[in-house]
Amino acid sequence: MPIPSLSPNEAIICFLLILLVPLAGAGLALVNSGLGRCRSAAHVMMSSLCVVGVSALFYVAVGFSWQGVVGRSGHSILMGARPWNWIAAEPFLLRGLRLDLSTESLVVLLQMFSVGLAAIIPLSAGSDRWRLGAACASSALLAGWTYPLFAHWVWGGGWLSQLGANCGLGRGLVDGGGASTIQAVGGLTALSITWILGPRRGKFSNDGIPAAIPGHNAILVLAGCFAAWIGWIALNSAGALLFAGVMNQKLVLITINTTLSAVASGLTTAIVTRVRFGRPDASLTANGWIGGLVVSSAAAAFLKPAAAILIGTISGALIFFIIDLLESRLATDDPGGAVSVHAVGGILGLLAVCVSDAQQSGQFLAQLAGVSTLLGFVLPLTYGLNWLLNKIYPQRVDQEGERQGMDLYELGAGAYPEFVVHSDEFSQRWN
Amino acid sequence: MRIAGFLLLTAGWVIVTAALFLLNSPGPRAAFVVAGTAVQVFGLIFAVRSHRALELERD
Repeated sequence: MPIPSLSPNEAIICFLLILLVPLAGAGLALVNSGLGRCRSAAHVMMSSLCVVGVSALFYVAVGFSWQGVVGRSGHSILMGARPWNWIAAEPFLLRGLRLDLSTESLVVLLQMFSVGLAAIIPLSAGSDRWRLGAACASSALLAGWTYPLFAHWVWGGGWLSQLGANCGLGRGLVDGGGASTIQAVGGLTALSITWILGPRRGKFSNDGIPAAIPGHNAILVLAGCFAAWIGWIALNSAGALLFAGVMNQKLVLITINTTLSAVASGLTTAIVTRVRFGRPDASLTANGWIGGLVVSSAAAAFLKPAAAILIGTISGALIFFIIDLLESRLATDDPGGAVSVHAVGGILGLLAVCVSDAQQSGQFLAQLAGVSTLLGFVLPLTYGLNWLLNKIYPQRVDQEGERQGMDLYELGAGAYPEFVVHSDEFSQRWN
Repeated sequence: MRIAGFLLLTAGWVIVTAALFLLNSPGPRAAFVVAGTAVQVFGLIFAVRSHRALELERD
């Protein structure tokens, strides 16, 4: 699909929408912080800020060179008598790019924020044990290499987007708001991080039974959902304008679909947890809400409202069961549910395109090729890079750090200094 | 077992991409894409189960 040519008014609308995208990152940071322990709350927020900064720097320095924009320079290989574009060839540090209200400059701006959003996602999986320096280094790898390479294939005119023209598979891979490029890439990186770090101390008993470690602040979690909602509407709208070739007139539909998917997913999780536990669970409902936003990402511009409700409902139920499965059966300690919400939700969102108006002959195969690339290329790549990083610079904090909490150990001060937050201090005071 | 899982994930992806790049007729292409994805599902199950086994060993 060629890069859309936006009128000056459309470009200004797009720019204003992009300015709201960081709210999605702020929302996720609040959710992650609230779902972790109180003794690591400031560390999560500090890490979020740092990884957004590192990602923006590395993306601008090198990442954009691999990602590029449709129609600009890139490298292709000839296979089956057809050219397949596999990597962009832009200069480093955005040299030679018009940084005004041109479509290319809006793409760069949106991507700089999106890569930060993708980098925040794994923080939730590594909560309470992931060192700040290691999180920054891992984000540099994500923003400099993993993210831009896959994003080029989907959004930069790469081979996944060429599946329509080259193979007759619908419109090629369709992903307006980043269900695969942002959410699934972030979610699969989160899965790699949980595997590399291992579970929090005391999370699983010797026979693998998980202990409940509840989030410390439901208010932060639920406030984060509201912020993420606004950010996601902006992300889906700006992404659809820049990458899915939709017109301004569809912005209302995108907003309605994004909202319907989130509310259907959140309410479904609330009902499922009410049936399962006797009361609706705030943390899981928040996960369901964010999951609904994630699922809406790829196809918000093409879904009918009833379809948005349907995929939101499926997402709300599925995410709850995947969170349960990962924790209770597969010994995966993911405190914020990043793997279920972002990886599984992102893949589900990618497949949701097949029930939308974007569905054409062969579209399912194009979407399936995207899922296959996420599992067969992105997951091994991100796991391999983080595994190597772990060998050079251990990513998990030592035992003392986990005992003290990440706030005191790495930052020197707790998020809530007026509260007694350690069980050992508590017992000294009362014994 | 984890390495086997990752190898299956990558092998499945290679099957999918080879089918897309090299096959012209829609029937065999679709069959190979679905088969490659099925291989990846096995790879994912291997990788996830190996993680569980490692964690229980660590405890």
